[in-house]
Amino acid sequence: MTTSADLAAVALVTVATIGVGAYGVRVSRTTSDFYVAARSVTPFWNASAIGGEYLSAASFLGIAGLILAYGADMLWYPVGYTVGYLFLLFLVAAPLRRSGAYTLPDFAESRLDSRVVRKTASVLVVVIGWLYLMPQMQGAGLTLHTATGAPSWVGGALVGVVVLVIVAAGGMRSITFVQAFQYWLKVTALMVPAIFMVMAWHAHGAPSPGQTAVPVLAQDITVRVTSDLTVDVLYPTLVGVRGTVDGRRDDGPLVLAVGSHTLTTGTDLFLRKGSAVPQAVGQSTQHNMDWVRPLASTTSHDHPLYAIYSLVLATFLGTMGLPHVLVRFYTNPDGRAARRTTLLVLILLSGFYLLPTIYGALARVYAPDLLVTGQTDSAVLLLPGRLVGGIPGELLSALVTAGAFAAFLSTSSGLTVSIAGVIAQDVLPAMRGVRAFRIATVLAVGAPLVLSLFATRLPVADAVGLAFAVAASSFCPMLLLGIWWRGLTAAGATAGLVTGGGLAVAAVVVTVATNARTGWVGSLLAEPAAWSVPLAFTVMIAVSRATAASRPPGVNRVFARMHLPERVLVRPPERAPERA
Amino acid sequence: MTSPTGSRRVTVTSSRTRAQRRGTYGSGGREIDEQTVVGEVLVTSLVRAQLRLAIYAAVLVGILIGGLPLVFVLFPGLSGRQLLGIPVPWVMLGVAVYPGICLGAWAYVRAAERNEDDFAELVDRS
Repeated sequence: MTTSADLAAVALVTVATIGVGAYGVRVSRTTSDFYVAARSVTPFWNASAIGGEYLSAASFLGIAGLILAYGADMLWYPVGYTVGYLFLLFLVAAPLRRSGAYTLPDFAESRLDSRVVRKTASVLVVVIGWLYLMPQMQGAGLTLHTATGAPSWVGGALVGVVVLVIVAAGGMRSITFVQAFQYWLKVTALMVPAIFMVMAWHAHGAPSPGQTAVPVLAQDITVRVTSDLTVDVLYPTLVGVRGTVDGRRDDGPLVLAVGSHTLTTGTDLFLRKGSAVPQAVGQSTQHNMDWVRPLASTTSHDHPLYAIYSLVLATFLGTMGLPHVLVRFYTNPDGRAARRTTLLVLILLSGFYLLPTIYGALARVYAPDLLVTGQTDSAVLLLPGRLVGGIPGELLSALVTAGAFAAFLSTSSGLTVSIAGVIAQDVLPAMRGVRAFRIATVLAVGAPLVLSLFATRLPVADAVGLAFAVAASSFCPMLLLGIWWRGLTAAGATAGLVTGGGLAVAAVVVTVATNARTGWVGSLLAEPAAWSVPLAFTVMIAVSRATAASRPPGVNRVFARMHLPERVLVRPPERAPERA
Repeated sequence: MTSPTGSRRVTVTSSRTRAQRRGTYGSGGREIDEQTVVGEVLVTSLVRAQLRLAIYAAVLVGILIGGLPLVFVLFPGLSGRQLLGIPVPWVMLGVAVYPGICLGAWAYVRAAERNEDDFAELVDRS
């Protein structure tokens, strides 16, 4: 195995992250520095930092894994993540920056002049943030496990500790540098191996995933079963077994007949090159013909068209409601810069998202053995070693591992800053300043770390998708109506946040707890956005209409401030960083 | 709870937003700042223009990209077609949408800034 190179890569990323962070510590001295990087970050670095923060474990590992398993329909994940930013640009970027809000609760309070709506928003920020942090920790555990065989909690704990150190020590200034550095690390870590892999693939005669009826192994491989599972065998397959199949102990060759078979934990399955892959039930699209075609797979969801539109709605509208996104806009000097930074971010994201598709498609040819257990999130980590042999393969593997760790660290630190900011302001009001922020950081990291140890293992991209659904059903309507409609009232916003956010969270909890995704009920719960988003909008508008008398009196002033170019209202434009 | 000191109370109630938009107000923006009828009409006109632009852009993207699943349902033959050896839906979703997204973003930023420039000119003249 490539353990030592991978370990060195993880160590290097960790040390470099702390190093870049420490560089920032020396320049961050006041509370203002601590929170908002004193707003002296250039658009290029800011855009890189946004990209670095946004590209999480879901983007780096999850998308390729889902494409390997389910095929064409999963291309909607990267498209949705990108269009989400486009909608954010269209609908909220400049007004949100001009509102002067640093967090979503800040926006809620300053727009609606209500403490109740602020508290509600605070709770939702923490819920969405934890929902988003949990899969990062899982991804870290998986990566370290794949690279070194370490127990899965080690990776999550490592990420937790590093983030804790950086955030608590340096705040946002160092985070900005860390994030920007990690965007470029992530792109390099996927791009360089992809180039070598495509060359190797061409040298093999460019085998297309669609040229066999079902996924077929490209090499001999041993699969270790780590939890009891049922697999579907589509063609009679000769395998070697050491362990228990269908309840019988076996040690030697065995022909698996067509149909379902159970594999017991601890069983080793030896599979020959060229044989069809037994696939974990319900965890993949079994036939390559359905894998290539959009909307052909019924294994992922009973109602693929509903599921896709729900995902589209969640990602298109959810991005603007993610707690760690808004903070980044605050570091732009004005609304115009916020728009231009977003444009730059879209270019950076578009470049990145070309890559996971390549990994997913190549994995269908070179790593279909992951379909046996259905744990396809490790596809990105395994592929370079499979396609490129020898020392170069090991080095490329190490590079991908480093990139994956960068993904966990950057997203986790960004989220942690946001959650910690909200906890420090709204949950620990008795304490002040930097000390409160540090204690809040411990809470922000600790809770999802503990959750990730107990939670059912969802694919990381799925888990992140649920966070988007909650954000789209709560903060998206509040932001859109708050920015564009004078009629929104505090009561309306609170009712919508509670209804939309609450129901989406409930759907998430039921889905995670029961893992039932079949039938209409299962589909509606697994992909709640299609009904919870319109519902949240309806409730907000209806309750606001009913409570029209309680419209905040300063709404016209707030509107002018959000929508007017700075140079009209404020002369000269503020340049100097604030000193608190 | 002990009774909070004055300075503590500041942290509880401030949302760290107030200090961020400081500056002297110029003559052009006085109407707006003083909440006169003219000012309100001016602000409303800009908000309307920007909202129209945002909705137009979002609906366009919603149809062009959000319409793709329906296109795949209505024209199942597309999956059989290939471009450079790659099935057409994969080319559309995996590659082609991204330059489109960047182009749309660029066009929107230009249009939104033009709205603001027009508005600033109007305010300076009035």
